[in-house]
Amino acid sequence: MRVVVAMSGGVDSSVAAALLAGEGHDVIGLSMQLYDQTEGRTGFGSCCTIDDLHDARRVAHRLNIPHYILNFEQQFQQTVVANFVGEYTAGRTPIPCAHCNSDLKFATLVDRARAFDADVVATGHYARVETDPCTGRVRLRRGRDAAKDQSYFLFSLTQDQLARASFPVGGLTKDAVRDLARDLELAVADKPDSQEICFVPDGDYAAFIERQSDIAPARDGAIVNQSGRLLGRHGGVHRFTVGQRKGLGIALAEPMYVLELRPADQTVVVGPRPQLERTTLTASQVNWIAGVPPDDACRVTAQIRHRHQPAAASVEAIEAGRAAVEFDAPQLAITPGQAVVFYDGDVVLGGGWID
Amino acid sequence: MRIYLDHNATTPVDPGVAEAMVRSLTDLFGNPSSVHYYGQQAKASLDDARSAVGALIGAEPAEVVFTSGGTEADNFAIRGAAEALEHTGRKHLITSGIEHEAVLNTFKALGRRGWRTTMVPLDASGIVSPDRLREALTDDTALVSIMHANNEIGTIQPIAELAALAHARGALFHTDAVQTAGKIAVDVRALGVDLLGLSAHKFYGPKGAGALWIRRGVRLVPTSTGGKQERNRRGGTENMPGIVGMGAAASQAVKKLAAEGPRLAALRDRLENGILSAVPNTDVNGARDRRVPNTTNISFDRVEAESLLIALDLEGVAVSTGSACSSGTLEPSHVLRAMNLPGHRAQNSIRFSLGASNTEEQIDHVISILPRIVSKLRSLSTVGTRS
Repeated sequence: MRVVVAMSGGVDSSVAAALLAGEGHDVIGLSMQLYDQTEGRTGFGSCCTIDDLHDARRVAHRLNIPHYILNFEQQFQQTVVANFVGEYTAGRTPIPCAHCNSDLKFATLVDRARAFDADVVATGHYARVETDPCTGRVRLRRGRDAAKDQSYFLFSLTQDQLARASFPVGGLTKDAVRDLARDLELAVADKPDSQEICFVPDGDYAAFIERQSDIAPARDGAIVNQSGRLLGRHGGVHRFTVGQRKGLGIALAEPMYVLELRPADQTVVVGPRPQLERTTLTASQVNWIAGVPPDDACRVTAQIRHRHQPAAASVEAIEAGRAAVEFDAPQLAITPGQAVVFYDGDVVLGGGWID
Repeated sequence: MRIYLDHNATTPVDPGVAEAMVRSLTDLFGNPSSVHYYGQQAKASLDDARSAVGALIGAEPAEVVFTSGGTEADNFAIRGAAEALEHTGRKHLITSGIEHEAVLNTFKALGRRGWRTTMVPLDASGIVSPDRLREALTDDTALVSIMHANNEIGTIQPIAELAALAHARGALFHTDAVQTAGKIAVDVRALGVDLLGLSAHKFYGPKGAGALWIRRGVRLVPTSTGGKQERNRRGGTENMPGIVGMGAAASQAVKKLAAEGPRLAALRDRLENGILSAVPNTDVNGARDRRVPNTTNISFDRVEAESLLIALDLEGVAVSTGSACSSGTLEPSHVLRAMNLPGHRAQNSIRFSLGASNTEEQIDHVISILPRIVSKLRSLSTVGTRS
């Protein structure tokens, strides 16, 4: 079988490629150049990604598989970066990795794979796919290593994409992956895990968004409590996320948390911690892994952040590709722009973007 | 079967050349600047190499300065001439948009340091028009740099005519002959230029070896200062294995040129005509009647060149998109853009460059596999559509 492996230069996708090659598959390594690496054009800061591409090439050479670097700068800017900037300026907190997976990696690599007569696109994600023998549908499951599970970021993959997806390290623990990399003498065996958002290496999202969107950092936004009393000033709603406590620049007896962001008038609403609790949410652009929404409300565990303990809830498909979720117990900081992902045990049922 | 059709990027070192290089690394290891026996042996091999390279381009050996390759030759010529003429008040430089990055980025660097630079506009033939150059020349033009043949499309420029125009205005003329030296007859006197650069690895010599021919009487400010090597023009102990290899490759090229040129031209035409008739919606880029014999550049409508390159490589056929330097990070070819071809033509173009190892059988094989690959890519293509 011919397989395309998306090689990021990290240990997970390197081991994924090694496992497939070891099974005797005809493996083609592809790496995506996502932003301009030219010296002097530092729109994205001094990210180490050029080194990552070199690492991927070295691993591919070691595995004796062909490797190509594809230029996806334009698509990355148009899909992932534009969304990231747009969401933050709209008072939401985006997850660029999920967009990158579905809108860029799988969307384009499945197409490339076909072009190169490959049946499957493999990545280094910690998740599992399996075909239901009865229905023929593909199921998406959590990775075996609970601490590293990345199924949350893959909720928007379609049946067509999942049918061609392979996650070779999904059944392994991270430790086992590193051991394998060391056994194979891959140079990346002890490389640290990548940061969450690769294109903001310094972690200063606010400055990045200001550079990207050419917005002058606002200095006159109001921080108010729930009854509208002015508590302080801030430099733009894109600097905040729901649930945030630090960096508000206000000192009150009780700790204050961001409850709501109103981009229209640049207002940040804060309140005490109990006010962050909500029992319901709605989500848009919901993807049901099975390809069709459930007929009735169903019982699930729902996860509202990458690092959120999934909570029991009922979910119901509503109009326009949306879903309504009601948790059994209140959840803290349900954040617009994040994904809510529905699970049945470790099986992903679907998910959507929190309104 | 692996088929190498990327000889404009580089060529394999000829076995006889490799042998000469090994001798230079072992028996003839001396420093040519040394007075003793070992130095004399090395110096003799350096002189031989200089004569051989001179013979390849119709030059006196003493006019040949060895460099680390074509890029250094271009840098030396342009920076060296610009600096040498700075005191005359001539602070204008002219080139074309289809030059190699070695020239373009050197121009940019000088532009940042106060020189005025002009790019002569081109048309879809990829040939610099003498009229356009005449319009660009001024009384303070110091240097004109126009490549002999283009690396991506192979078109040969009317260098003799262009050089005469430059001289009429008192400017020096440099040509980057990296893609012609060893491929077609190159004669510095017939071309009438002042400076000409070449590179060994384009004609079955080693990488890291090149030369700049400097017409006797032309003064350049050295870009690498050091010892008295290369008649005070380039300091540093000579890269002897590279230089000896370049000399051996030049001697081979002189011998083979007359027969190999027509052979490659026939193969190239066979490939080109085969593709044009077997694959619909294909176009040759650049003037077909004035090209080096080994090169063709073809646009495949509605096919992303990057994918076609990879698909061909997976079938064992090595080609390139644009120049090798930009293939790592694919951007539409600056050469095709400078020729004002529509955007899709630049994004859909593949360069095939032939050489010594290629046979009719290989060419026919490439023609036979292309239609299937191209139609597959076209069935998936969402980019590069003719709009």
